[in-house]
Amino acid sequence: MTTQIQPIQRAPIAPRPRPRSKAGLSGHKYAGPLFASPALIGLAIFLVAPFVLAVVLSFYRVQLNSPRPARFIGFEQYTRLFTDPDLSAAFGHALLNNFTFAVIVVPVQTVLALGLAVLVNRKLRGMVIFRTFIFMPLVFPLALTAVIWRLIYSRGDEGLLNAILGFFSGGALSSQDWLGSPSTALGSIIVMSIWQSVSFQMIIVLAALQSVPTELYEAASLDRANKWQQFMNVTVPGIRNTLIFVALITTIFSFRLFDQVYLLSRSGSVDRGSTETVMTQIINTGFDNNNVGQAAAMTVIFMVIITVIAIIQRAAVRQRGGV
Amino acid sequence: MTISRTTTPTTGGGSMKRTRRWQTALHYLILTVVALFFFLPVYYLIVGSFRPSRQVLSGLSGFVPTNLSLDNYVGVFEHLNSDATGYFSQFAVVSIVVTTVVVAGSLIVNSMAAYSFARMKWRGKKVLFLLVIILTIIPFEAVALPLYYMFSGQRDTIVIQAIPFIANAFSIFLFYTFFLDVPGEIEEAARLDGAGPFRTFFQVIIPITKPAFATVAILTFLAQWGSYLWPVLMVSDATVRPLPLAISIFQNQQPPEWGQVLAFGTMFIVPVLAVFLIFQRWFVASISSSAIKG
Repeated sequence: MTTQIQPIQRAPIAPRPRPRSKAGLSGHKYAGPLFASPALIGLAIFLVAPFVLAVVLSFYRVQLNSPRPARFIGFEQYTRLFTDPDLSAAFGHALLNNFTFAVIVVPVQTVLALGLAVLVNRKLRGMVIFRTFIFMPLVFPLALTAVIWRLIYSRGDEGLLNAILGFFSGGALSSQDWLGSPSTALGSIIVMSIWQSVSFQMIIVLAALQSVPTELYEAASLDRANKWQQFMNVTVPGIRNTLIFVALITTIFSFRLFDQVYLLSRSGSVDRGSTETVMTQIINTGFDNNNVGQAAAMTVIFMVIITVIAIIQRAAVRQRGGV
Repeated sequence: MTISRTTTPTTGGGSMKRTRRWQTALHYLILTVVALFFFLPVYYLIVGSFRPSRQVLSGLSGFVPTNLSLDNYVGVFEHLNSDATGYFSQFAVVSIVVTTVVVAGSLIVNSMAAYSFARMKWRGKKVLFLLVIILTIIPFEAVALPLYYMFSGQRDTIVIQAIPFIANAFSIFLFYTFFLDVPGEIEEAARLDGAGPFRTFFQVIIPITKPAFATVAILTFLAQWGSYLWPVLMVSDATVRPLPLAISIFQNQQPPEWGQVLAFGTMFIVPVLAVFLIFQRWFVASISSSAIKG
């Protein structure tokens, strides 16, 4: 049957292109660049050009829609950023906040992602439902996350978190102004950020867990390794690279921190000093205060940091390739 | 039953069974606590959206589903009733249009580029592909401000909200890894049938690499639906305001109507949650493949 049908199907197609095959060949020559060009043009205009422009603008004193022409000032934006006390204090503070965020979030979130992945990797009845609940925050935009958590963190006894803590401590814990007080603001941002993004990392770790060969576990249990020893000697080495990957993308996320902080600071519901980040500074300086040149210099520094992290990531991955 | 008995040691089987049962119970307990942590904010959002605004912030009773009504939803639409405030339906349409354009555009443009890099021979390919790989490390945040400077003349348009996000280096890379796995015989067969590169790609390659398209579509959708930084810079007119920016402004109104804010948030997320619940497996697969390939 099939042998009969095939020639019939092919018949109308085959003769038509044959005369065109020469044209098709010359078409081939340009097909490659032609296929690639829309994306390459898009990347050139919307990624490469503004990236280069950031470097250029950082050498100027420049404002948007200003009657005064842009003035070349060399490295002044950079030197001011680190020496002018008005600027350097705020910028240093923002950098420090990003580093603090990274130092806490990277280990916590990586360990949590691993723990959660192990937790849901067992075949138990109802696991699908538990997984669904844990994955849910994944689809929440950060802007919405910030709004929900703003209510959870509300100060006073009517705030949800305060009420829960008060209930479980029997009233021993007094209510906090979680976002408004400098000592808890960054921590509160951290918790909401982890809530929103840890399932992303967890899914990555879960995939890695499931790719560890089961024979390794069988061999380990023949050697009478207990569950914990198996975990430390089989699981962790087996997914080491994934853990490095997760830690590094989390580091980069930490430096990109913007949406939650900016939204909350605009509504005046978060302590600014302790939560300001490099990105919120860039937008405050370049957009809200129209100091484009200064913000461009900050952007360049931001990019240097991201590049360094990315290079470390590549190096770490390459190292595993060698081993 | 008999099989499992032969494989497990018989000595002390009873106590082992008991500890195993305890372990399972403990496992369920931890799972429940964890699931609650992730689900309670979602529950709070949805239940709160049906409760009177004044009872949203009222301690633990904020969790109790009482006095439910649609008043907040009506309130959102009554509140957003002029060109100055914008309309909820308008925000939704802007978000849907921009997201659709970005997802559709990025599927076409990036897959074509990736196919070219993965399967075609042309001069300069290697250098350009290396450049694309390097570009994957530049996050949008690093170019947001200069891009705003470049396109400040196009502020408050729909087009400028979508166009910069269509070409995406990481999407090209993801497609590339998928296309590398396509067996060469398939293209060869298409070529012998007289198909040119366009027909080969659209009629032969795309149908067999659907998972790649689903992956990129989901990841692009999630990023774009929640996009906030770019609209902050580019949109001040309420008529072209997308949902993330709209909710950040709506939650700031005085006096606060928290029930309405949660109703807004619920309408913002419930369609996405519904899609997620139906296609959860695809969401998970796309995220894990984004890491394995990357």
